[in-house]
Amino acid sequence: MNEVVSGTVAPVPVMRGPNEYKSDLKPVWCPGCGDFGVVNALAKAMAKLALEPQDVAVVSGIGCSSRIPAYMASYGFHGVHGRALAAGTGLKIARPDLTVIVTGGDGDGYSIGGNHFLHACRRNVDMTYIVMDNRVYGMTKGQPSPTTEPDWDSKLSPDGTGLREFQPLVIALTSGANFIARGFTGDPNGLAEIIEQAVRHPGFSFVEVLSPCVTFRPEQKEWKKLVMPDAFKPTPDVPRAVRRLLRDTGFDLGVLYAGERPPYAPRGPRAVRAPSDLEARFEL
Amino acid sequence: MQQLQNTGAGQTARSVSVVLAGSGGAGVMTAGNMLLEAAAGAGYYALMTRSSGPQIRGGEAAAMLRIACQPVECMEDQFHVLAAVDWENVQRFNAEIPLGPGSLIVGDPDQGDPPEVYLRSGAARAEVSLKKIAKSVPEGRANMVLLGTLAALLGLPDDAVARAVERTLGKRPAALAPSLAAVAAGRAAATGIERRYWLAPPPPKDGARWLLTGNEAAGYGAIKGGVRFVAAYPITPATELLEWMSPALAQVGGTLVQAEDELASINMAIGGSYGGVPSLTATSGPGLSLMIEALGLAVAAEIPVVVVDVMRVGPSTGIPTKSEQGDLNIAVHGLHGDAPHLVLAANSVADCLGTTQWAVQLAEALQAPAIVLSDQFLGQARAVVERPAQLAAGSGRAIAPGSTPGYRRYALTANGVSPMALPGTAGLAYTADGLEHAERGTPSSQATDHVAQLDKRRRKLTEWDYGDRWADVEGDAAANCAIVTFGSCTAPVREGLARAAAEGVAARLISLRLLAPLPARRLLAALDGVRDVLVIEQNHTAQLYKYLRAECDLPGRVTSLHRPGALQFSPGDIHRHLLEWSRA
Repeated sequence: MNEVVSGTVAPVPVMRGPNEYKSDLKPVWCPGCGDFGVVNALAKAMAKLALEPQDVAVVSGIGCSSRIPAYMASYGFHGVHGRALAAGTGLKIARPDLTVIVTGGDGDGYSIGGNHFLHACRRNVDMTYIVMDNRVYGMTKGQPSPTTEPDWDSKLSPDGTGLREFQPLVIALTSGANFIARGFTGDPNGLAEIIEQAVRHPGFSFVEVLSPCVTFRPEQKEWKKLVMPDAFKPTPDVPRAVRRLLRDTGFDLGVLYAGERPPYAPRGPRAVRAPSDLEARFEL
Repeated sequence: MQQLQNTGAGQTARSVSVVLAGSGGAGVMTAGNMLLEAAAGAGYYALMTRSSGPQIRGGEAAAMLRIACQPVECMEDQFHVLAAVDWENVQRFNAEIPLGPGSLIVGDPDQGDPPEVYLRSGAARAEVSLKKIAKSVPEGRANMVLLGTLAALLGLPDDAVARAVERTLGKRPAALAPSLAAVAAGRAAATGIERRYWLAPPPPKDGARWLLTGNEAAGYGAIKGGVRFVAAYPITPATELLEWMSPALAQVGGTLVQAEDELASINMAIGGSYGGVPSLTATSGPGLSLMIEALGLAVAAEIPVVVVDVMRVGPSTGIPTKSEQGDLNIAVHGLHGDAPHLVLAANSVADCLGTTQWAVQLAEALQAPAIVLSDQFLGQARAVVERPAQLAAGSGRAIAPGSTPGYRRYALTANGVSPMALPGTAGLAYTADGLEHAERGTPSSQATDHVAQLDKRRRKLTEWDYGDRWADVEGDAAANCAIVTFGSCTAPVREGLARAAAEGVAARLISLRLLAPLPARRLLAALDGVRDVLVIEQNHTAQLYKYLRAECDLPGRVTSLHRPGALQFSPGDIHRHLLEWSRA
């Protein structure tokens, strides 16, 4: 957009404070919810990127964290459970001029939307996916999600699910995501920086955010003691990133992988002809 | 049923029906398409449908053609000629290939006898050593020999056949000369066969004609309606629609993306449309089932999107390669909550164009999802049609101008349509939401907002003027009987009614194109004075009949003729029923 066209200079981006990227709506989240930190970090990143709020679309599915589009001052799309990546993909392909940021939780993204996660990584459309992972279904009041520990006790799965945790970073890396990072809501500045890099990076950028649920997983308040900022050093080398993940504690923060795969681009001729030109193939 | 009788003498016919059958890979579809194109080139109207077993490659295949002096949109009661390259599993088509004593079976004596099910019809037999003749021509193939034989039997001119062969093989010159030689050999082999039917001279060509499938017509209609983004997941029998659109869209500056499943394809389409680009996906019953939740989102968030459902036999995987009208219920009633949306039905190959285009126009104007019901018969049938009439341009989507002060995305307007802000427009940012919302778009669990938004979303559909396209209303307007039908039943009903009319049965014919919201006022006006209504459809539970009875007070005696899919109604089925109906 900021290009010089026939002697007229495109306007210099207006610098805005982070608060100008937030809407006036009050979040439905519990006090102390990690997701507030994501609103702040996202707003900060948008300000750093000097994005025009109207040129950003925040797309989500269903769940506590999926409420985030309405809390931003940009365009928002709050769709159905698990399909945010599909909606975001369609939007970005149809409107490549927009900055598309897809958001959601671990249940939305890794369980009901798991297939779309795999294929969004593969497809590598130029957009950013932020997953607020609190290892629990919060909106439905405390059921285990794919990232919940196997022995976590709940009404729906007493004594735990017995299932091993889903490994989002491993899946993203092996499925072809072009940028993979982990942030923590207790470190809003570090998270903002990661999101900023993720948005800048071409292709599909995946940011896993440790976002504690203080209501159903109060023990997650301890996460601030476990996280290791800047533990990951970005590499464009997949085998190197794989090896690094072998000793991931689950609380290692930073950018793990910044790949060089070209983003998805539709194939085929782009010449624009009149629709009526297509009639020649039917004419006898 | 019009039985083909053996009159013992050759006849000139204004409509001749032919089946080319054989095992998969024998090339009967290629030969069938060439015969279709030869007929088109010679100035005839024609229709070809295809049937095949479930195998991906191999298995039995049949190309069914009807060639005529007038436009034809369905098959006849019986086939004049059944011609086979070989008989392997061809008996499996059984009821799909009705023959009579006047029919002719053409087969290769080296491939054994025709199946008993066809011989029982009393049809005459002719033998042509297709494989031997093919071998006598370097690189010759039996299907091309059969093409030559059939062209001769029907009286199709040499040059039209040659042009059709060239059209298909033009890019493979090495195959062209042997094919033309094989066709000539097949033509020569026909001289010994007593000709039973040959085509009357073709009608004068008074306007442009097109050759296309219903799926192609729907794809082009979508583009004409303004669709520039398509998300696709393959499914029989809708795949060809998406495959046709992929390069066509690129040529008009649009984009098609292959999705990972139907949940993704519908949500991608909705995402693209939210961005302001008219969007579509196409599927069949199993895919539509998966898309239903997202269609509810499109209703609530008021995002236009079009889904073409090329119906196949259901439920579940059903019979993917065969036709049925069993998705009416899910299309009309499948969404949870009170979710007004559009359901339209195409009633001919050519109408797949106009109806899909109209669906895009309506979806855009009304900011609502539209489901277009086509079916396997219409979608995969290839036909010579009159160049379809042009639709007037639609009014397009109401877009909120950037200067709108105090913008409310879901404002309660008089006609229910609220201008939509497109991402990129400064000052109008809002969140499209499947949560119930207040006028601004902010989530609301207030009963007053819910009722207001429900009313608004219904109002925009019920207040719209759909004009005359809601149905094709034909037949005897003064008759006190009426037939109501939709989709691919329309053609056999029209033809069956014409026969019955010649025997004194008078009826109006209403083929519904707009199924939801049901234009009850117009339907009742079209039925004014009627004492007897017959509802005809192709499904097991009379879905249209029940829907109509639930939605409006149909006049007089109302009866249903319904039959599940796989077998289309023939004009004879309808004719026979109408005679009984008129006597009852």
